[in-house]
Amino acid sequence: MFDRTFIVSKDDWSLHRKGYADQQRHMEKVKEAIKKNLADIVAEESIIMSEGKKIVKVPIRSLQEYHFRFNQNKQKHVGQGDGNTKPGDVLGTDGSSGKSGKGPGAGSEPGVDYYETEMTVDELAELIFEDLGLPNLKEKRQQELITDSFQFRDIRKKGIISNIDKRRTILESIKRKALAGEDSHAIIPDDLRFKTWTEDIKYQSNAVVIAMMDTSGSMGPFEKYIARSFFFWMVRFLRTKYQNVNIVFLAHHTEAKEVTEQEFFTKGESGGTKCSSVYRLALDVIEKRYRPEDYNIYPFHFSDGDNIPADNEACIELVKKLLNVCNIFGYGEIEGLYYNSSSLMSVYKKIKDPKFTSVLIKDKTGVYTALKAFFRPQDEVLKI
Amino acid sequence: MTPEEILQFERSLEKISAKAEEFGLDYYPMRFEICPADIIYTFGAYGMPTRYSHWSFGKSFHRMKTQYDYNLSRIYELVINSNPCYAFLLDGNSVIQNMMVAAHVFAHCDFFKNNQWFRHTSRNMVETMARSGERIRDYEFRYGRQKVEEVLDAALALQEHIEPRYDIGKVHPKKGGNCRHSVSGKRETPYDDLWELDHKQPETDKCPKVKKFPEEPEKDVLGFIAANSKQLEDWERDIAFIVREEMLYFWPQVETKIMNEGWATLWHARIMREIDLNEEETIEFAKMHAGVIQPSRTGINPYLIGLKIWEDIEKRWDEPTEEEREKYGRPGGQGLEKIFEVRETENDISFIRNYLTKDLVEKLDLYIFKKVYTKWQVIDTDWERVREGLISILVNGGNPYIVVEDSDCNKNGELYLKHYHEGRDLDLFYLEKTLPHVYRLWGRNVYLETVVEGKGVLFSFNGDKIQKKVL
Repeated sequence: MFDRTFIVSKDDWSLHRKGYADQQRHMEKVKEAIKKNLADIVAEESIIMSEGKKIVKVPIRSLQEYHFRFNQNKQKHVGQGDGNTKPGDVLGTDGSSGKSGKGPGAGSEPGVDYYETEMTVDELAELIFEDLGLPNLKEKRQQELITDSFQFRDIRKKGIISNIDKRRTILESIKRKALAGEDSHAIIPDDLRFKTWTEDIKYQSNAVVIAMMDTSGSMGPFEKYIARSFFFWMVRFLRTKYQNVNIVFLAHHTEAKEVTEQEFFTKGESGGTKCSSVYRLALDVIEKRYRPEDYNIYPFHFSDGDNIPADNEACIELVKKLLNVCNIFGYGEIEGLYYNSSSLMSVYKKIKDPKFTSVLIKDKTGVYTALKAFFRPQDEVLKI
Repeated sequence: MTPEEILQFERSLEKISAKAEEFGLDYYPMRFEICPADIIYTFGAYGMPTRYSHWSFGKSFHRMKTQYDYNLSRIYELVINSNPCYAFLLDGNSVIQNMMVAAHVFAHCDFFKNNQWFRHTSRNMVETMARSGERIRDYEFRYGRQKVEEVLDAALALQEHIEPRYDIGKVHPKKGGNCRHSVSGKRETPYDDLWELDHKQPETDKCPKVKKFPEEPEKDVLGFIAANSKQLEDWERDIAFIVREEMLYFWPQVETKIMNEGWATLWHARIMREIDLNEEETIEFAKMHAGVIQPSRTGINPYLIGLKIWEDIEKRWDEPTEEEREKYGRPGGQGLEKIFEVRETENDISFIRNYLTKDLVEKLDLYIFKKVYTKWQVIDTDWERVREGLISILVNGGNPYIVVEDSDCNKNGELYLKHYHEGRDLDLFYLEKTLPHVYRLWGRNVYLETVVEGKGVLFSFNGDKIQKKVL
């Protein structure tokens, strides 16, 4: 027994958590990196276009373990065939070379100079929305927003069997037997106790967001993409943070009309631009459906600023009217290829109302800037 | 494994170890530890159960564990080069699987113990790393996790740039007076310098000329910086030395991967064949063995290539051809003796260079491939160029060869590194991200001279931005 050259043992390893602890640290670093790059990630096409997909790939450029290494694209590798391989044989095309885990695997895949992490859209949204809120939110008369949470507060003798309170039932049984001096373990129907819930109703301030987008011919693919990215996150943001915020979608060129969410995000139009048309429609919607006494109103308008000059004065008047009834008014102007400096933005410089916020977006990173500019909470009445 | 299975496994180990000894394998006492998958993957990611914490280990643990969870890849064991030798086996394996793994591990241990490239590796590294890990943890408490992480990040960025051949072929420069510094030659005992008093050099001029420091280009970049940086605090220096020490320990494993895996595969197959297995067990073993030696089109499987070369050597020394008998005076029947000699003296580079024959390259259908525009294409199948191609990938552990040229560049204590360009350009994106790490350790401007598309280029980082100058 003692001259054996080996020992076999099996310990309890359940407390050895080092791998998980460092994995956690790595994930923290991933999140830090994402937060640093939010401006880039927010307008990442693969995420905006991931409609329906729960998990998205987020590219991060700062989590490699950098060291001096050879240029991977010029690297020669050695492989093994199953006979008669000749020069010129193709093993695979870009990125799909390695099916097995061996050889130049995913980590050293040429051309990939960033690290991709997978996360759910919700996780990402949480990071993006961390510091955002609805600005200038006020208590309004009609309070309708319901948070649908349930609380088990009450105990009753009758109820659904799945809601049985085992502990209290046993206690009742013990109590009864102790009183009677019995020694059995039986539970009789009279011992049964059930948990009962009540619905938690919290009244909250009402809010409506009016999303207005220019869909005229001058809005090129880039301009539309920016506007849609903004509204994509805006809608997500409102739906995550506030349970029942109403969103109205208005699209316009020279005429404005109310559209469904799906149409808003997918349909393209053409024609000239008369922004006053959409403001009129917005005022109309407000008057008919969302009275300012009852609602916090947030109109946001995205355009390339290429408005018919004769319409500019009308726009100013209408924006002023809107400002009278809403909490803030957000105007985003996208500076595209044919940007004209005598745009709507320069016209709106005359508006001095503090409730008026405007943002000029030059590239993809501007989407995040716009989100931060429009959704900075001043007083957080509506904190859930 | 259930307790009964473990007992059964223990009993079979007696047979396996007896067979291993019979074959002439010479190993340290073995400690087999059966553990769950996530523990094996933790050890796999860290390379050692007791190593310090760092996010990069967490990252690779996460990746390995995910691949395991999705059934994409599997580690069967982790064996530590130590005395006694620790081997971690997967709890989820069957008895037969773990028997094969154990036979494999006995041969690995034989290799660690007898291959000469391992002669300087500490066999107490489990304890050494535990102590180092403890110290690093203590630094985290004292100086903050962020700061420790920053230093580790920087030291790890340079970890491949050490000198594993510190004891070979170095002519210690003669001392020419201590004008700038004393040469820190390696001393065996504190009294070694007494010998030098016997042959004192006649000092013609007191201070000949201002010499470069290091006098000869220094390959041990990390060690040089750790020893000579004026920027580093003592604890930071310690961390850099820890990273260097651990890399020195792991280096021979990197350099003998093909040999070592091939050796272990050769012996696990032979040992298992000698043990009585029933039909079902034989099939299970054969399936697992076949999985291990599966060829790969986009890389080489060291288990397979190694195994084939070992078998070929044995055969050629057992039954030499007429030509080999005449030309090399090989009498035949020396196969076993020969492979034990090779396992003692060679590393992957010399193993490939000396024993990957024309025959083998053709039989194994090895080729060189690279990216041509968007396609991965085979570019060469000529056996000599394939052999040289494989060797060039293995040189310096697959890392670029970088040395410290001067540590007082511009007479301002700036660090000048030089890349010995051997036909392959560096990854410039990585280079620009790595220089700031070097700067973090050195504390003054750092330079790296390399060649980009045939032109000499000097990169520098001044703590603020990277600059690039064509030489």
